[in-house]
Amino acid sequence: MEIIQIVGLGLSAVILLVVLRGQSPQIAFLLSLLVGVFIFIFLLDRITLVIAMLEKLSVQAGVEMIFLQTILKIIGIAYIAEFAAQIAKDSGEGAIASKIELAGKILILVLALPIVQRVVETVINLLPA
Amino acid sequence: MNSEINAIFFIAGVGILTAVIHTVLKQSGKEEFAHWATLTGFIVIMLTVVSYISDLFDKVRDVFLSN
Repeated sequence: MEIIQIVGLGLSAVILLVVLRGQSPQIAFLLSLLVGVFIFIFLLDRITLVIAMLEKLSVQAGVEMIFLQTILKIIGIAYIAEFAAQIAKDSGEGAIASKIELAGKILILVLALPIVQRVVETVINLLPA
Repeated sequence: MNSEINAIFFIAGVGILTAVIHTVLKQSGKEEFAHWATLTGFIVIMLTVVSYISDLFDKVRDVFLSN
């Protein structure tokens, strides 16, 4: 029942945050950041299991490893960018949040380029000359 | 989970304590000390939080970007 642990952690943090927000907003911000980090770390252990299963499946299916690695990298970039963007948005900096999201999108696009290239080459090969 | 909840209560405690110290020092007319006390509390908490964030980024790198 790990969900109860996470919910307990989150709720007690929220109660403390409500008290702290009026006293000193900067420290309240750091506390909410820390709670986000904790939940994230907690989830990462579970994500490892999912990734192990995905790797096993892709080995069985004979998918090239480079594709799976690219996908994993993309998911990692998405997670980190989303995390930072949410924090920036929470502290009222919507502009910086959208810039972080833009950076994440572009880096993902760069990582996906080789795969897109392979797809286009395959389609061209399929076309009758 | 225990160390996490400890860290959260530690930070909330330090936050409330610095707020109280700030108020007391301000009431007794020592504005400068009040600001320094708040700043010190903030820095202590920031050091804690930063170490956890670097832990998080290391883990993300291990899980997603290792191979």
